[in-house]
Amino acid sequence: MKTNRKYPLENRRYIIIGAVIATAVIFVIRLFYLQIIDNEYKTWADSNAFLKKTLYPSRGMIYDRSGRLLVYNQPAYDVMLIMREIQPFDTLDLCHTLNITKVQFDKRIADIKDRRQNPGYSSYVPQVFMNQLSAQDYGVLQEKLYKFPGFYIQNRTLREYEYPNAAHLLGNIGEVNKRDIENDNYYVQADYSGRSGVERSYENVLRGEKGVEILLRDAHGRTQGKYENGRHDVNPVSGKNITLSVDIDLQAYGEMLMQNKIGSIVMIEPSTGEILCMVSAPSFNPNTLVGRQRGRNHALLEKDPLKPLFDRTMMGAYPPGSTFKPAMGLIYLQEGVITEDTYYSCTFGYPVLGKPACHGHASPLSLIPALSTSCNSYFCWGLRDMIDSRRRYATVQEGLDTWKNHLVSMGYGYRLGVDLPGEKAGYIPNSKTYDKLYNGRWSSSTIISVAIGQGEVLATPLQICNMGAEIANRGYFYTPHIVRNIQDGEIDATYTGRRYSGIERSHYESIAEGMRAAVTGGTCRGAALPDIAVCGKTGTSENPHGKDHSVFMGFAPYEKPQVAISVLVEQAGFGATYAVPIAKLMLQKYFSGEIAPENKYIEDRIINTVIMPRNVL
Amino acid sequence: MSYRKVSIWKTVDWLTILLYIIMVTAGWFSICGASYEYDSLGWFNPSGRPGSQLVWIGLSFVLIFVIMMLDSDFYNVFSYLIYAIIVLLLIATIFLAPDIKGSHSWLVLGPLRLQPAEFAKFATALSIAKLMSSYGFSLTKSRDLMLVLLLIFLPLLCILLQKEMGSALVFLAFLFVLYREGMTGYILLTGLCAMTFFVISMKYSDVTLGITPLGELIVLSITQALVIFLAYIMQNDNLLVKILLALTAGAVLVAYFLSLFIPINFVWIVIGTIAASSCYLIYLSIKQWVWHYMLVILFAILSISFLYSVDYVFDEMLKPHQQMRIKVTLGLENDPSGAGYNVNQSKIAIGSGGLMGKGFLNGTQTKLKYVPEQDTDFIFCTVGEEEGFLGASAVLILFAIFIIRLINLAEKQKTLFARVYGYGVASIFFFHLLINIGMVTGITPVIGIPLPFFSYGGSSLWGFTILLFIFLRLDASRKER
Repeated sequence: MKTNRKYPLENRRYIIIGAVIATAVIFVIRLFYLQIIDNEYKTWADSNAFLKKTLYPSRGMIYDRSGRLLVYNQPAYDVMLIMREIQPFDTLDLCHTLNITKVQFDKRIADIKDRRQNPGYSSYVPQVFMNQLSAQDYGVLQEKLYKFPGFYIQNRTLREYEYPNAAHLLGNIGEVNKRDIENDNYYVQADYSGRSGVERSYENVLRGEKGVEILLRDAHGRTQGKYENGRHDVNPVSGKNITLSVDIDLQAYGEMLMQNKIGSIVMIEPSTGEILCMVSAPSFNPNTLVGRQRGRNHALLEKDPLKPLFDRTMMGAYPPGSTFKPAMGLIYLQEGVITEDTYYSCTFGYPVLGKPACHGHASPLSLIPALSTSCNSYFCWGLRDMIDSRRRYATVQEGLDTWKNHLVSMGYGYRLGVDLPGEKAGYIPNSKTYDKLYNGRWSSSTIISVAIGQGEVLATPLQICNMGAEIANRGYFYTPHIVRNIQDGEIDATYTGRRYSGIERSHYESIAEGMRAAVTGGTCRGAALPDIAVCGKTGTSENPHGKDHSVFMGFAPYEKPQVAISVLVEQAGFGATYAVPIAKLMLQKYFSGEIAPENKYIEDRIINTVIMPRNVL
Repeated sequence: MSYRKVSIWKTVDWLTILLYIIMVTAGWFSICGASYEYDSLGWFNPSGRPGSQLVWIGLSFVLIFVIMMLDSDFYNVFSYLIYAIIVLLLIATIFLAPDIKGSHSWLVLGPLRLQPAEFAKFATALSIAKLMSSYGFSLTKSRDLMLVLLLIFLPLLCILLQKEMGSALVFLAFLFVLYREGMTGYILLTGLCAMTFFVISMKYSDVTLGITPLGELIVLSITQALVIFLAYIMQNDNLLVKILLALTAGAVLVAYFLSLFIPINFVWIVIGTIAASSCYLIYLSIKQWVWHYMLVILFAILSISFLYSVDYVFDEMLKPHQQMRIKVTLGLENDPSGAGYNVNQSKIAIGSGGLMGKGFLNGTQTKLKYVPEQDTDFIFCTVGEEEGFLGASAVLILFAIFIIRLINLAEKQKTLFARVYGYGVASIFFFHLLINIGMVTGITPVIGIPLPFFSYGGSSLWGFTILLFIFLRLDASRKER
């Protein structure tokens, strides 16, 4: 310890060696105590072994926005076995009880032991012999179980869906895979976890906490009661219930309208960002992915060329077509390229290039008529004046990147961050894309189709609807989300903060006026409702693989908006033909709860229309 | 290039290599025991654990050959470069490593998983050896001391950020090296006391004997014992120690007698004896003009204030869930799926071994997978259960001989670089032994670090092999010149 000269540093080695020896001696004494003196540990190990029994919590339930139960639990029973504990028994009796053949029985045992199929196999650990026994089979087996040592029953919960709708957003649960087990200590083999939809994104909320019961077992495997009277047991904690923002009636109605069509409907409440419905067609009944038939049905849905498992509302990326024009208008206004009173000419097409073509309307025209008649030339002129003129930006690249930055702050080009798994980002090109494509030599004429939502631009129907919500709010949106409420908890703060686009409110007023004019006297007259001031924008999204997609984006009412909507029907032609009437019906359903008698014929027409791409049928 | 007159294999320390081979072999058999099942794949199948450990062992011998063939100056010259590369790798790991059970310490390259933290040990040992052997270096200069501490704490911090607390704490082992090279021993003593006091006061925070809080009583008793010990080594005055011991014993006896009639809080008795001892020391230091005694008193005051401030901060300033987290991290809270249960299982497995053990492959507790991490951090359970008290003690004695051998070899070195590195090696092995066996036998908190040469895992085996054999290479060159 001393640092004076009488005590050279070399001698410190004896202190360190002393510490090593002292440590070894203390450990040997400790071992002597544990292994020789104290018999308690020995007795426990010799005569008793622990059986750690997992107690599974019940999974949280899912409600719709008005409190209607959508998803709940049903009990199921797995037959487990511990290979090492099996003693000779009447195999045929067991097979009979479980309704399987002796051949199936032998094959199943062989499969369990095969480490290539079952890498976590151990003869000491319970293995799943047969899963999801029905309540009747369970009852019969339970009575005979004493005859089959080594076999156990593990309680599980499966999901049951009250409505045959909303399969994509609700999602489903399935057995965990090897990666889940490696990445999360919570799971063990044969556990269930959310595989898609809300079930997956809110897995940690819904699953609850497992409990554990520690039992003592004798050498014959019989349980001898609880270890220390259950002092170490933990009760399972049920998963939390969640309330969705979805209105199941609206969702079901949307799915009915979209039957025999491919496409999507998204509705958002602009004042909160809550998603009211999210229809992706074709869809399927969520109950088909429950229970033992799950694997087979999932494979069938996977093989279906119409891709019913694919949630088109947020995984499908389409050219937004003319629904992109309001965003273009906003950018031009904000950058000072145009004012509400800027006039451009149109000669049945963009005069500079002769394309894209346009339809007959007055010329020259200003912003609001350009929106209401969906004039292509107007927005092409705008892009040209914005990025080709060197007064504003030093290079065309800088011009386009400014354009892109505005679109990104409006929610395009990146994932919005909805609380569902698998959302796609869409695509907004930047100057580097075109530098690569055209060797650095390009201008507005080269890329003119992006001004009307074609070309490289892609957006998801969710992004299109979000744009509607942003215009409804005149300049901001909330990140769209599907969960409204978590029992004893709060939704993530990212869903309660406003996201401003940075564009002035007055510009939004002009755009909203243009969208109102489109419904009162322009391309989407078909969306007009008698008592609600609907605003909208049609779109015809050019599709290189077939007929154009029919698109609509809108919100209502004009003042104090309550809802934003986007509708997309794949390969259905003009926006006005299908997307507009579907939007009208959805809006009427939302505001009135039912369809007015004078609109019944539209409803019938839509329901009975079959629009399937030719290459599939 | 130095001209080698003698073959390296004639000058190398064969006793240490023999100990290494014995431990690696014993380790492999323990892994067989820990992962054995009646219907398992066989020991030599590389997809099973014994098989893959065999592959790691084989590759270790390749590593040893390479290390031995390199010139001994190589390690001196490239030490900073090696250190820099490893630190960069550690930093990259924080961001690149996937989340594997809460830890971000594994770099995954296809089927291969590497834990850079294991290789940071030898790199750090090399770099501090290089620094401390540089011209004009002295631990008494505060700038030099800061530099050494920087070299130690940089990798420690990186590994903490990878959420591997155990592997990070290992770097504290280098404080032994600093101590040997002249750092004052009070730093070690203070650190050791602070840790011990903290753990004890946490562990027994709710336990009382009569009306005496047990945790406080233990800490204060240790303090009083250290006061007497420090006073003794400072002045070598037997009379003083006798007086202090008599005072303590008298106070305790009187208090014990009184406690038969009235409840007595022994904490106050111990504080009283500490105060009385201090007063006596103050009297002596004035009378004999020995200011060293003041240091002892300072130690007593600091210990008592540390004890009560820990209690205060813990009870008053932290929220219950934070308190719980600290306790669980220290392995003090009995949480059935967590630390407390594991240690209990581990003690049962060891305890059931008895004197002779159940015999190789006959252990049941470890086989039944009651012991967590039974082939990695808790591998000593298998040794204890299957080989019994005799086998487990033999392993401990083997380790003690091994570490002492390393210390003696380090002392024989002619270059400061080799000596510091040698002490680094010995300290790392000592720290691993201390924490790992302490955890498995339920003495120290649960801090997951492997037992060198026994625990399953390529990264840790290679890390320890490189660490050891660089030192043996340096040692071999001592004799060849």
